[in-house]
Amino acid sequence: MIGIPSTFKISLRALRVNKMRSALTMLGIIIGVGAVITMLAVGTGASERISEQMASIGSNLLIVMPGSSTSGGLRMGSGTQSTLTQDDAEAIARECPAVSDVAPTFNGAAQVVYGNQNWSTGITGTTPGVIPVRDWLLSSGRAFTDQDVRNATKVCLLGQTVADNLFGNADPIGQIIRIKKVPFTVIGVLAPKGQSDHGQDQDDTILVPLTTAQKKIFGTPFVGMVRAIAVKAKSAEQLAEAEVQINELLSQRHRISPRQDKDFTVRNLTQMMEAREQSTQVMGLLLAAIASVSLLVGGIGIMNIMLVSVTERTREIGIRMSVGAKTWDIRLQFIIEALTLSLIGGVVGIILGVSGSKILSALAGWATVVSPLSVLLSFSFSGLVGLFFGFYPAYKASLLNPIDALHYE
Amino acid sequence: MALIETQHLTKVYELGDSAVRALDDVSLTVAHGEFVAIMGPSGSGKSTFMNLIGCLDVPTGGQYLLDGMDVGDRGRDELAEIRNKKIGFVFQGFNLLPRTSAMENVELPLLYDACPPRERRQRAMEALKAMGLEGREQHHPNQLSGGQQQRVAIARALVNRAPLILADEPTGNLDTRSSVEIMELVVKLNQESGITIILVTHESDIAAFSRRIIKFRDGLVVSDEPVKQAERQVKDP
Repeated sequence: MIGIPSTFKISLRALRVNKMRSALTMLGIIIGVGAVITMLAVGTGASERISEQMASIGSNLLIVMPGSSTSGGLRMGSGTQSTLTQDDAEAIARECPAVSDVAPTFNGAAQVVYGNQNWSTGITGTTPGVIPVRDWLLSSGRAFTDQDVRNATKVCLLGQTVADNLFGNADPIGQIIRIKKVPFTVIGVLAPKGQSDHGQDQDDTILVPLTTAQKKIFGTPFVGMVRAIAVKAKSAEQLAEAEVQINELLSQRHRISPRQDKDFTVRNLTQMMEAREQSTQVMGLLLAAIASVSLLVGGIGIMNIMLVSVTERTREIGIRMSVGAKTWDIRLQFIIEALTLSLIGGVVGIILGVSGSKILSALAGWATVVSPLSVLLSFSFSGLVGLFFGFYPAYKASLLNPIDALHYE
Repeated sequence: MALIETQHLTKVYELGDSAVRALDDVSLTVAHGEFVAIMGPSGSGKSTFMNLIGCLDVPTGGQYLLDGMDVGDRGRDELAEIRNKKIGFVFQGFNLLPRTSAMENVELPLLYDACPPRERRQRAMEALKAMGLEGREQHHPNQLSGGQQQRVAIARALVNRAPLILADEPTGNLDTRSSVEIMELVVKLNQESGITIILVTHESDIAAFSRRIIKFRDGLVVSDEPVKQAERQVKDP
């Protein structure tokens, strides 16, 4: 039987005879593979972006917010009553075994002044627990302590954006800034975190002790009011437990009977983000599946051209049979021809897809990540398409009657 | 042992509800080294006979022994194998692969015999040389004259050392001078290498190059005579 290298030479020669036709036939595969690669890259890029954002927000997070989940909208207007207190936060830390840290928060917007620079930003009053809960790191200085919270000292931590805007390259540590005209000493600068998943600049913030915010900056309708409590679970596995424990505890503390609507809501941020990540991935796969359709159409194109080619070369097939070509010699010749078309198309498609992804990133700003797996998959898939759609023409060719074939005009 | 032995060889085609007896009970023998010409009008069964002898088709009745082997009920691939090893074809229309060099055309039977590339090239070159085509190995068929193309075809028929050559109107597309050249070449092959030649023709002066003429009519052999020495185109040495 004929060997594969010789067959390959014969097939390549046949494709070279009509380069235009070969190129056009490959077009379907090229476009198909290119589209699949680009779509997969968009999907992978989007979900990786979300993972990064998830990491920067903090992990194993629950947020307790006032208002029931059925009352729509969890955004806090400045006049909205909250029934969450600092004591609630301390109770959660004390009595929920699955919880590792809590950070009650009270926040609002304020004008901040240093020298002749001013900046409008969000002030968050909180406890030292905010550092572990939100995975903050300090780039310089120190965090405030429980002592600071007890005494409502006027100290603050600056986010990088605030520090840049008020101090430029100068060191803010030890300097006095005015928050709503109240003087505060800067004791630390937070390490940069970047954008949140909602596009907000997480570094445009100032952290102060909770009590200082409550009493000295904003004032509260009642003592100890907080707008939200951020809670960190001990581990990912205990996240669900923590949610249950908090719900039970606060229902008890707020004297809410099972039938009543709760006056608070516990949100599992991690769960929400994972859901988003998953749906983004699914979207990417869906796009890729649609793109695969064009790959199949490309395969049909190959089959079509191969059938024409077989008919055109009937006499040649007859000659080969008369000198001793067996069934599989003929089949192999045409299968390899189809495979060559689809594989070359695949390679060109991959190059096109990778460039397309890069162009898309540059122009539309979408994150795209071309994974080696997607390249391998697309290449294999294009090979399979060639094999599958090339088989029928090859089969037809091998069944020709040599006598009739030799007399074909 | 004869090279070719047919016993009551029959080929019947079913066309609708009628049956056509293309070949009807043909029994004959061809010994090694013979040079046979087959003649007859169209529809006489000579093409059918050649197809069966050439293992391109299988009989519907009777027996065909090639070199002592019964090839009557062999499968497609077995027949292909037999053709590859035992039979060389020469056609009226040359039937060379277009856009392919003379060398690669001659190599073709060796390609399907899994012959390694170097040995293939070497044997093809030898065959081309024997046909006087040295220097033209890389030429494509459209760069060769009719006579040269037919010589490439003959080289191809010889390259795998087949004992039998079947030639179907080999001079049909050639001018008189080339026809004579080719026929003298064929006679030489038969006399010097002992290759058995069976040739189909409708021209008596071509048939006169052979030593035995078999005439077909309506699927039957109507005459089977040696060519008289006086009438022969080429004298025996």
